[in-house]
Amino acid sequence: MFKRKHLLGIEGLTRDEIDHILDTAQSMVEVSKRSVKKVPALRGKTVVNLFFEPSTRTRISFELAAKRLSADLINFSGSSSSLVKGESFRDTVLNLEAMHPDIFVVRHSQAGSAYYLTTFSKSSVVNAGDGAHEHPTQALLDALTIRQHKGELDNLKITIVGDILHSRVARSNIFLLSQYKTKIVLSGPPPLIPPEFSDMGVEIEYDLDKAVEGSDVVMMLRIQRERQTGSYFPSLREYRKFYQLTKKRLARADKDAIVMHPGPINRGIELMKDIADSDKSVILNQVSNGIAVRMAVLYLISGGSHEFNN
Amino acid sequence: MKVKARVMEQRKIASTLKRLAMEVIERNRELENVAIVGIRTRGVIIGERILKLIEKLEGAKLDFGILDITLYRDDLSTIGPNPIVKGTEIDFDVTGRDIILVDDVLFSGRTVRAALDSIVDFGRPKTIQLLVLIDRGHRELPIQADYIGKTLPTSKREIVEVRLKEIDGSDEVLIVEEEGF
Amino acid sequence: MNLIIKNGRVIDPSQNLDEELDILIENGKVAKIGKKLNAPDFKEVDAKGLFVFPGFIDMHTHLREPGYEYKEDIKTGTEAAAAGGITSVACMANTNPINDNEGVTSFIIERAKDVAKVNVFPIGAVSKRMQGEELVEMGYIAEAGAVGFSDDGYPVRSSLVLRRALEYQRMIDKIIIEHAEDLELSGDGVANESPLTYKLGLKGIPSASETAIIARDIEILRQVGGRIHFAHLSSKWSVELIENAKINNLNVTAEVTPHHLLLNEQFVETFSPLYKMKPPLRSEEDRVSLVEGLKKGIIDAIATDHAPHTQDEKELEFGFAPFGVIGLETVVGLIFDRLVMSGVISVFRFAELLSKNPAKILGLESKGSLEIGKDGDITIIDPEKKVVIDPDKFKSKAKNSPFIGWEVKGWPVYTIVGGEIVFNGVDN
Repeated sequence: MFKRKHLLGIEGLTRDEIDHILDTAQSMVEVSKRSVKKVPALRGKTVVNLFFEPSTRTRISFELAAKRLSADLINFSGSSSSLVKGESFRDTVLNLEAMHPDIFVVRHSQAGSAYYLTTFSKSSVVNAGDGAHEHPTQALLDALTIRQHKGELDNLKITIVGDILHSRVARSNIFLLSQYKTKIVLSGPPPLIPPEFSDMGVEIEYDLDKAVEGSDVVMMLRIQRERQTGSYFPSLREYRKFYQLTKKRLARADKDAIVMHPGPINRGIELMKDIADSDKSVILNQVSNGIAVRMAVLYLISGGSHEFNN
Repeated sequence: MKVKARVMEQRKIASTLKRLAMEVIERNRELENVAIVGIRTRGVIIGERILKLIEKLEGAKLDFGILDITLYRDDLSTIGPNPIVKGTEIDFDVTGRDIILVDDVLFSGRTVRAALDSIVDFGRPKTIQLLVLIDRGHRELPIQADYIGKTLPTSKREIVEVRLKEIDGSDEVLIVEEEGF
Repeated sequence: MNLIIKNGRVIDPSQNLDEELDILIENGKVAKIGKKLNAPDFKEVDAKGLFVFPGFIDMHTHLREPGYEYKEDIKTGTEAAAAGGITSVACMANTNPINDNEGVTSFIIERAKDVAKVNVFPIGAVSKRMQGEELVEMGYIAEAGAVGFSDDGYPVRSSLVLRRALEYQRMIDKIIIEHAEDLELSGDGVANESPLTYKLGLKGIPSASETAIIARDIEILRQVGGRIHFAHLSSKWSVELIENAKINNLNVTAEVTPHHLLLNEQFVETFSPLYKMKPPLRSEEDRVSLVEGLKKGIIDAIATDHAPHTQDEKELEFGFAPFGVIGLETVVGLIFDRLVMSGVISVFRFAELLSKNPAKILGLESKGSLEIGKDGDITIIDPEKKVVIDPDKFKSKAKNSPFIGWEVKGWPVYTIVGGEIVFNGVDN
């Protein structure tokens, strides 16, 4: 049972809690297929999308999720880089909190910001991505998508490819998939996958050909071109040569393998069109499932008296 | 929990459901326009039985749907921390249809209120009729059933427990009381 | 100032003393030390059951004045020191303006005469504007009263400037204090680079950021001579480098902060900026090596790196908050309780680390000892006094302590500077 007031990360959730969220999300899928795509479950609740880092898709996904549950939603965007000089994060939140919202959905460039918010706010908090730390709803929607295609989350080999170092998506996915009987393999340029990651119970294979061998799921991460100033790899040309998922490489995976990507795709870098648009790609299912998962999360953290711990 | 009385057993339930099925047939001349929608969890089982009885009696194939009213409840913040959503399955168009809404027990009327809200989100039925196995009184909303298996006077402290073979292993209706009162 | 301290357990490593004795201070200096001393006209401190130490010296403090008086100033910083049992502080040069000329040094000294509760010894910058390019006028600054030189906050960035400073020491024998950090390797890191911080998604500062500069400095010193004191060691490998240098008879010393001795990186899991400082809190293995280094004599001093920031500055997201924590008011009690009373180090070693050695490194000849004729600076600890660390009671303007809420047994109750009681904590 998922009985928490906040969803700050996947780390620390039990398999049972994850299953409960995914089961609820699966039930939510149907709501988005109706002609009236709305249920009154969160009528009268106010959700604040607190985005200190631009992200149109995650924001829209949370917005639709809240609205399909009949919650009222407002969007607040701040620039996290200017916060040092302007109004602090804390003051911003306290100001908004004075308007009595119920849930903050927070996206921020700094790891730990969602947790930090809970130390001075009374509202429920959903982490929509904090720095390189966690992006729990992304991992949950990925899990829902895998479950829909593979039937279960156990007995799978999952290969995660790309910039693991800066990726909150990778971390949350590792935490989630580790709760199941999975083999997780990371692949990408060595400076972007320090060996310390193996402490998280995953394998590291810098040769992508070997990494995808027999994989059931190949999860491609976005290369953040703006983050590549720290000379993590010499050039995109070289990245493409060694870490692009090509048809030839994908042929080494299981014949029913699916290809995932959290978006937005850098076409021609992580993936070529022939894979992104192929029947192996479940990228658009991920997007649809994003709404269902976020509905489930908003719904579940609203349930009950909130006397339970976080 | 203490069982105070066993008010219906398997044969009684079977004959009651048969009577209810006949009443539905009698009141709905355009039987092919009727669709049965069960409210989770036990309303679904009773609805399926009614559906089979009507099929047997009239040879008619009716549409059947399942309603999960969890997302329509008005007590999200008081039912405790673990609301479980199992999902709604209505894969036919409800507009213009005569909907027979089925539940096991009619009590405060709040579940039915939620179910009515839910159904109208799927379209605009011609009529919605309510069928329940037990009406135990104590209504908090102006809602009445169209088809009642048994009217059961109860006190508010008592709990009416409908047990069905498919879920509970046997068919019976019990009145139980929480101990410690 | 005249004072007599009766019946305390006097600890003085410089005289190999650990005995119940009386101390007579006359005109601010230690005049007599012995049993059953009498001085009827002198103010008397009853130290029965208490520990009496040569005054403690914090050789690494940021008093923030001039320029950042909103964080701390010489008055509040030294009040905090007094309340924490510290009788002397050496204050770092990263003020505004930077203490890279004798004008700023003189200002600090003059200001301290007017407002300071304890002795203040300025540290000058090594390079002009701390840019690491040009040596400061070490002679003028030393004459004005600086006791050492440091670009603390930054390393001495140019290897050549460091070489020149060491060479210049032959003329101006003042310690060079190195903040050992390769700024490129640190990058925009905010916490230790380790499996934990990779997991938390916090940008890491590798240990090599510290050791690379220590190794560089040692090699330059091996070539040209001189002496260097390494500030705030944080890693196991740094301890090893210092140990090797000492084995090779190189003139290096090192200090460690109370937070690196008592905390490890696990605290960062709370994402609280109260655990954000440079160098970062490192692994438990590193922490244990630092404690070992203290025991074995590889590390010479405990210093606070007292770095006051306002609550507004510090109450930010972990990544945005400034580095640094305060320590003047808690170092003595914490180390006494957690390391001395628990049997990790002796009371002698404790007095060496906080008094004798800092005095020696900074060249404070009249301090760090209770020999007759030395300054009457004394710290008295009540080993039974229980304290819960409470920021509301801090004398410092800042509250950014990582030890808030810690329960400590054993706390300074008298701070005496030149025979004058500047802090009396018996009655509260």
